Parts: sequence; structure tokens; C-alpha cells
Amino acid sequence: MSMAQTSDSFSQTRSEGIGTRLSDTLWRRPGLLLILLLLPPVLWLGIIYLGSLFALLLQSFFSIDHFTGLVNYEFTLKTYAELFTPANFDIILRTVTMAAICTLASAVIAFPIAYYAARYARGRWRAVFYLGIMMPLWSSYLVKIYAWKLILAKEGILTWALEGLHLNWLLDAYLSLPVVGGNSLSVSPTGTFIVFVYVWMPFMILPIQAALERVPPSMLEASGDLGARPAQTFRHVLFPLALPGIVAGSIFTFSLTLGDYIIPQIIGTSRLFIGQAVYQHQGIAGNIPLAAAFAVVPIVIMGFYLWGAKRMGAFNAL
Amino acid sequence: MRQTFITAVVSSITAAAVATGATAQMTAVGEGEGALSIVAWAGYIERGETDKSFDWVTKFEEATGCMVSVKTANTSDEMVALMNEGGFDLVTASGDASLRMIAGKRVQPINIDLIPSWNTVDDRLKEAPWHYVDGTHYGTPYMWGPNVLMYNTEAFAEAPTSWSVVFEETTLSDGQSNKGRVQAYDGPIHIADAANYLMFHKPELGIKDPYELTPDQYAAALDLLRGQRELVSRYWHDAFIQIDDFKNEGMAASGSWPFQVNLLKADNVPVASVIPEEGATGWADTTMLHVDSEHPNCAYKWMEHQLSSNLQSDLSVWFGAVPSVPAACTDGRGMQNQEGCDANGLAQFDKIKFWKTPVANCESQGECVPYYRWVSDYIGVIGGR
Repeated sequence: MSMAQTSDSFSQTRSEGIGTRLSDTLWRRPGLLLILLLLPPVLWLGIIYLGSLFALLLQSFFSIDHFTGLVNYEFTLKTYAELFTPANFDIILRTVTMAAICTLASAVIAFPIAYYAARYARGRWRAVFYLGIMMPLWSSYLVKIYAWKLILAKEGILTWALEGLHLNWLLDAYLSLPVVGGNSLSVSPTGTFIVFVYVWMPFMILPIQAALERVPPSMLEASGDLGARPAQTFRHVLFPLALPGIVAGSIFTFSLTLGDYIIPQIIGTSRLFIGQAVYQHQGIAGNIPLAAAFAVVPIVIMGFYLWGAKRMGAFNAL
Repeated sequence: MRQTFITAVVSSITAAAVATGATAQMTAVGEGEGALSIVAWAGYIERGETDKSFDWVTKFEEATGCMVSVKTANTSDEMVALMNEGGFDLVTASGDASLRMIAGKRVQPINIDLIPSWNTVDDRLKEAPWHYVDGTHYGTPYMWGPNVLMYNTEAFAEAPTSWSVVFEETTLSDGQSNKGRVQAYDGPIHIADAANYLMFHKPELGIKDPYELTPDQYAAALDLLRGQRELVSRYWHDAFIQIDDFKNEGMAASGSWPFQVNLLKADNVPVASVIPEEGATGWADTTMLHVDSEHPNCAYKWMEHQLSSNLQSDLSVWFGAVPSVPAACTDGRGMQNQEGCDANGLAQFDKIKFWKTPVANCESQGECVPYYRWVSDYIGVIGGR
């Protein structure tokens, strides 16, 4: 009895309460609600993300005083000019080349896997495929790299296996090649390449698989019915339709390789990549302007890359 | 940048609030404040958790009531960054970090009269230039050690007598070249090792101090390092990666720390170490007190503890380092003995050039190549330029 009375009086006061008026206002002006909901994330993105990005960009227009090592807060393009000194330009070239080669190799390896997973794998096999592709993403990145270091080492598993097959002359011949070779796979550019391709592979397979799943099987059948050989069907039908997926995947592999600074530190020739250069100039030398200028390089490269990718239709599925 | 600015504002406010200003030093040690936070190298502050027999914290806590918390840092640069950030009392800084912190006014002068055991410190360290600046003490010596030449005893029939095995191509006693089988430290401070080698072998360059190089001397050191690049398959950065490389990559020789040598020996890997005829570079660490320390009484109690307790002796065994208190080698306060100290490099003190930050305004030559250049040029050398 008393309960009914209370709830009655409650609803009466509520109809004149501030909450109700607020809710009425928002109902009448949906735009206001939108602004209120969007404001926090926009502020977050604007201040935290873009703000720090611009702070970084700003730093790159300062320079370091070569004599005292102190930052000189005057606008100059000197730091950008430093990027083009031979030693620094090598780092950029090395990183971009590695990123490009890794991306190409990832696409070539990922395509058949994605094709099988999208077209033929059914039921339990499909689950196994998904698990197999995703599994490497669940384990620690560092553990995987250290595992690869042991696999590729001079006295590692791979050498041991090749010795058993009496094939180590093949490895030795390969390692004696200039540029790609080295004392062992784990200290050669090839080693860095292998690990990059392995680590970023899932990021390539999944978008390609998604793209292939959207290709209607009837199109491939129609192509065959019209007399196209499998190679022609692939070139003229399947590949163009899967291209957005490949380009989307390549954005991941390319940008991740551009920014990574851990793999080349553990596996490879000790020659620097862009990420390591940023880390060293910022952390060790206190040369923040040059570190910032280096950090701008991948941003510019990815800007062009995304622009190209957009033209190829990589974002049509979004 | 904004972060630095905020830190600067906050720390200047606290600096104004706390009585211990930038130049004032303590005049008396009072009651402990109940806590003490230390920035230290990994393995430097042990409380018996890694290995029961290595503990130099528990008794200190019981005696003083100062509860010790440790923040480990991997590089000198991390230590400088942490101290700039603030919130810590002490740091175990090497010579390439200590001068930067003194110049940056992140650490305060130490009143050695408040440390009763100060007179037991090795005389050669009491006024070492990496913590004693303009007649003022900025820290208490902690530990020191050499950067030794580690070699594989299967590749070398006899201990190498010169650093040339890591700088110049030679055929080792196992009949194979050293090419691809040596390593070098992946830090710009390694340029000093090259300069130290040249100081011995090319006296005409007139190098007086491997950390104070004129442009000509510096160029000669870089040339030597460019030749070394042809021999080095990987530069070592992380002590544990180097250990792995000596196990799995067939490495024959490298500059290293006694720490790695001891761990590899414990794993029955055939390695040994030596300080060659040219001498070696080394590190000497100093406990320094943050300018805004909130627990200065505990910090002074710790600096006394580090000199008088089992710390010097046991840490020397644990880390492969040399005590800053020579008596700790012999008086049985811990596990170390004379042979152990000698093995870690005690007798070689005079052959060691301790790490310090290269500065433009140098003592021996007037004008030298500053550390900033060392960093960018060493990157070039590793990149093959």
C-alpha cells in the first residue's frame, strides 16, 4: 500500500525533474545528443593522438646544436637535410626495401593458404585453419623471435637438419652470397626477412581470405564455361577480385615492417632500421629532432601507400 | 615534450618545497623515513629472492626500518631518463651517466662526513672524476669492473694477449679466420675501445684519453671500427643474447663483462677471459642521491650500509665485479676472497679506463668530439659507412 503511494509520488516529482527535462531536450534535438556522445572520443583522438603527433612533427623542425648537444628551438629544415646523409639514407632505403620484399613474399605465400581456407576447408578443417593462422598471434612476440633465433643459429636446428640430409653445402653456398648472406642465417639479412614474413603472415592471410570469400564461385565457373584456362581465370577474374584484400593485407605487413625495431635488433646484421634509429637517437643521443624526423619518414611513406591503396579499391569493403 | 615540461614544472615546485635544494647538502642523518627507492642495474640489489645466499637488503631493512624498493634499468640512458622523471632516492650510475646527471642538477652533493665508513673506500675511487666535480662529492662508490676480452678456449690454444683479435683479421689457432666469429658492443661507447687500442699501437696519434678525442684521433678510431665491421657478424646489446651467441653461433672472441663469462662458465661453455696488453675500458658505478629525494636519511643509511656490510663482498661474487672497499675482499664479511677479487680485475685497476661521457669541452685536449657525434657516427659504422 505504502509502496504504491511512494512510487506514485515519485513519478509525479520525476515528471518535473531535471533528468526528464534533459531527456526531453535530447529527444527534441538529436544533434545535441550526437555532439555529447561524440565529444569525448573526438577530444581524446584530437588531443592525445593528433596532439602528440603534431608535437612530434614540430620537434622535427628544430635542430640539435652539434657542439653542446642541446636542442635549438628555432625553425629549420636542417634536421630533414640530415636524413639524406649517406648513413641515414641507407637506413631508410634498407627499411623500405625490406618492407617491400616482405610484403611481396607474404602475399605470394598467403594467397594459396587463404584460397584453400576460403574455398575448400570445411567444418573441422576450417576451424583448424583459423586456429593455425591465428595461433601465432596469441603467443608472445618476443618468444617467437627468440625461438627463430635458435632455429636459424649457426649451431641451430636448421643447420642440424640440413647436416642430416647432407645439404649443408647448399646453405653454405647461399650464405657466401654477398648482400643476402652472412656468417649464419641468424646474422644475415635473409634471417631478418624470414622472421618478418613469419611474424606478419596472419595479417596478410586474413584480409585475402575475406576478399576471396566474397568472390562468387559462379563467376569462376562462368569463366571456365567461356573457355578460359585456369591460369587465365586466375589472372582475369580471381586475382583482380582478390586484389583489394591483398592490398589491405599489404598495408599491415608494409607498415608493421617499417616501424618494427625489435626483430632487426635480435636477428640480422645489426644494421639499423628506421624504428631502431628513432629509438637510438631519442633514447641514447637525446637527439629528439632527428628522431622525430626519422619518425616522419614512415608516416609520409604510408601516406603515399594508403593513397595508392585507396585507388586500387582496398577500402571498398569497409 | 609536454611531458618533460610538466615534469619540469612539478619538480621545480617540489624542489622549492623540499628543504634540500640543489646545492645544499645534508648536515646530519636523522631517523629513517621508512622507505627507500633505488634505480639500479639488474642483479645489483638482491634480497635473497633469486638465490638465498645472496642477500644484502633484508638486514638493512631490519636495522633501519627503511623498506627498499628497486627499479631496474638496462642502460645508462634509461637511468638518466628515470632520474629526470623523479620519484627515486638513489641511483647506481655508471660514469657515462653520472656526469650527465650532475650537469643536469638531478643529483645532490654528498656530505661524506655523514658516512662513517667512507675512509674504507679505495683511495683511487674517493675522488674519481665521474662523481667528484669541482671539489664536491656527488656519490658513494658502489662497484666497478673491467670490460674483458672473452674468448672461446677451443678457438684459442693460448689466451690472446691483444685486442687485435677483435679488431683485425687473423687466423686463430684452430686454423680458421676470426672473420664472422667476433662480436663488439652495440653502444657508441665502444669507440673508446678502439681509441684505447690505437693509444697503444699508434702513439703518433697522441691519444691521451680514449674518451677525449680530437677530430683526427676520432677519425682514426672510426676507421679501425669500419675494418672491424667486416669481422663482426652481430653487435651485442643484451648480455643474454651474447651468451646465446657464444653457445649457438660459434663465436670465438668479443669484448664482454665478467657477468657473461661467469654465466657461460657455469654452463660449461669453453670460455675464458683476459685483460690484454692494451688494457681495457671499464665501468665504475656510484650511488647518487636525487636532488628531490624524499627519504634522504634512509639514503645516507644505505650509503653507509653499502660500504660496511656484506654487500661489497657478496655482490662482487654475484656480479663478477670488484668491491669499492678493498677490505671486503679479505676480511671475510662475505663470500669473496683475494683470488676472486683478482680474477674480477682488482689488480688491473691501472690498466682500466673507466667509462665517462665524452664532452666537447675536454680537459686533455681542449676541444673534443662530443657524445652526440659518437652516437650518429657509430650508427653509420654499423651500417657499413
